[in-house]
Amino acid sequence: MSTSTSLPSGQAPVPASVDKERRNALIVTCAVGGVGVAAVAAPFLASLAPSERAKAAGAPVEVDVSSIAAGDKLVVEWRGLPVWILRRTPEMLQSIKQVDGEVADPKSLRTQYPTPEYARNEYRSIKPEFLIAVGVCTHLGCSPTGPVAAGASAALGNDPGFVCPCHGSTFDLAGRVFKNKPAPDNLPVPPHKYLSDTVVLIGDDSKA
Amino acid sequence: MAEQKSQYSGLLGWVDERMPTLMSEYKKHLSEYYAPKNFNIWYIFGGLAITVLVIQIVTGIFLVMNYKPDANLAFASVEYIMRDVPGGWFIRYMHSTGASAFFVVVYLHMFRGLMYGSYRKPRELVWIFGCLIFLMLMGEAFFGYLLPWGQMSYWGAQVIVNLFGAIPLIGPDLAVFIRGDYVIGDATLNRFFAFHVIAIPLVLLGLVVAHILALHDVGSNNPDGVEIKKHKDSAGRPLDGIPFHPYYTVHDIFWTAIFLMLFFAVVFFAPEMGGYFLEWNNFIPADPLTTPNHIAPVWYFTPFYSILRATTEQFMIWLAVGTIGMAALIILSIRNAMARGAVAVGTIVLLLGFFTLDPKFWGVVLMGVSVMIFFGLPWFDQSPARSMRYRPGWHFWLLIAWVVAFLWLGYLGTQPPTPAGTLISQVLTLVYFGFFALMPWWSRMGTFKPVPDRITFVAH
Repeated sequence: MSTSTSLPSGQAPVPASVDKERRNALIVTCAVGGVGVAAVAAPFLASLAPSERAKAAGAPVEVDVSSIAAGDKLVVEWRGLPVWILRRTPEMLQSIKQVDGEVADPKSLRTQYPTPEYARNEYRSIKPEFLIAVGVCTHLGCSPTGPVAAGASAALGNDPGFVCPCHGSTFDLAGRVFKNKPAPDNLPVPPHKYLSDTVVLIGDDSKA
Repeated sequence: MAEQKSQYSGLLGWVDERMPTLMSEYKKHLSEYYAPKNFNIWYIFGGLAITVLVIQIVTGIFLVMNYKPDANLAFASVEYIMRDVPGGWFIRYMHSTGASAFFVVVYLHMFRGLMYGSYRKPRELVWIFGCLIFLMLMGEAFFGYLLPWGQMSYWGAQVIVNLFGAIPLIGPDLAVFIRGDYVIGDATLNRFFAFHVIAIPLVLLGLVVAHILALHDVGSNNPDGVEIKKHKDSAGRPLDGIPFHPYYTVHDIFWTAIFLMLFFAVVFFAPEMGGYFLEWNNFIPADPLTTPNHIAPVWYFTPFYSILRATTEQFMIWLAVGTIGMAALIILSIRNAMARGAVAVGTIVLLLGFFTLDPKFWGVVLMGVSVMIFFGLPWFDQSPARSMRYRPGWHFWLLIAWVVAFLWLGYLGTQPPTPAGTLISQVLTLVYFGFFALMPWWSRMGTFKPVPDRITFVAH
């Protein structure tokens, strides 16, 4: 300070050489300060992650499927997601077989949204009659509409299925995505199991 | 510090003796900031953008007094503002119209820059700050759109947040981190509210200050694209400059009055603007279980949204061909063998990525690039003349072609996806990127007109 006050204003003193010791102290101070800033930032960033309440909100849902009419779809909420239960008619099941060649992943082998073992079959379900799938498009998360009858939608053409209103992805009645659509994956099948012949538990597939 | 006697008297003198910054800054930025005297109507939009910013801040403060950032209360609180709060509808319509007006004004402001080369050396930083303002504005609009908690709010946010989910490896976790929940919910609404009312506006204001300071350091460009600082009088004032105040303050106030007439015509007579400013589906409360039959972003995002939708599996082949063409052009244009090798390797890596990662990811990348590409303009443009006035006529028509592509993409983005629409938007996407990517080459070509030494100006 004492050297700089004697200089005319606006002119910095010119040091003869860098004081190595002070320069090192400065670097260490900055480094330690940086660690402190990072340590303070951590809880702020952590506060943006899902809270304990949000994590706990995923309790399984019990649904009685006996009251669904053939060909109808029931939507239940699980973890804030729409879960579809579609009671398929024999004609609907037939339509699934016919489009095996037109869907991108007919055997549900992709792993981005792994299909549970018990649903890795032609109809993607435990019982062929009931499709249980998360009604959220694997493209950008819109909920497709349907089931749309054959010929009722330009996007689907002559196949029945589901159409996503956002970017036009189409799915067959087993939730399998058709080829060359924005969505890369089939509709996810949530973990689920039958508690009795007519009651299904969505969100839990443990054997015990 | 020794006490200085101010040149001003009275209260101003008293202040000036204690805080000379006030008058020196007033002079630097207003009464002695010399702006070219040949400004035309294209130069009103910067001032108008500030007007809209003020409208948004003031109406925003009053909206927050009645709005509730809670997933259970938000929708009803907006309806409460519309129906029960005295004058609430007026304040909210000003705010919603202001959002669209902001983009109208900013797009025109940017077009002015493109037309007269306002981003060229030494104004690169002015342009970069401007691009950052544009990015922040997009963020501000996006975060604000969730707040009414209608169907479009909800599903719009769902789609945009899921864009981040398309990033390989970290994507799904990143999307959860942004939402603060596994689905768009109360946590998301609360944090978007925080970003919308405080975080982004603060950054935005800082950037506006930086934009203006950087501009005033180098001085304004003008329709002729010549430097007025080249010719100064004995007092060091540019011969072709006039003080910003009172000349351009009056000019701007006049046009602000005209602008406000149009603005309030919309506020009073067409606040929904046929579903473009306020989308119909947003009058339905958010329902996480059903997506509306047709969802589209608000008009100012649709050009970029169209580019996202255009990126399908087939488009990846077009993109690959375009990338190979670009790489060949770059390799032929540069001599450094190392750089040539780097371009070749980069291209191969990119091509591998095109066909191994999902097109969905590349759609997100292209959409991001379509916004970020503006940053590169000062370096893409190699034309010897700044202003379109002295560039070959076809340069201007190329710019118009790009504008048409931009607007057409915007229109297609508001429409439901169709095979024909997708094909058109793919062609337009190539036009959009081609304009920028090939600029280092085309901007040098053609016959340039002689650039005048001083501005052309005819007194009224």
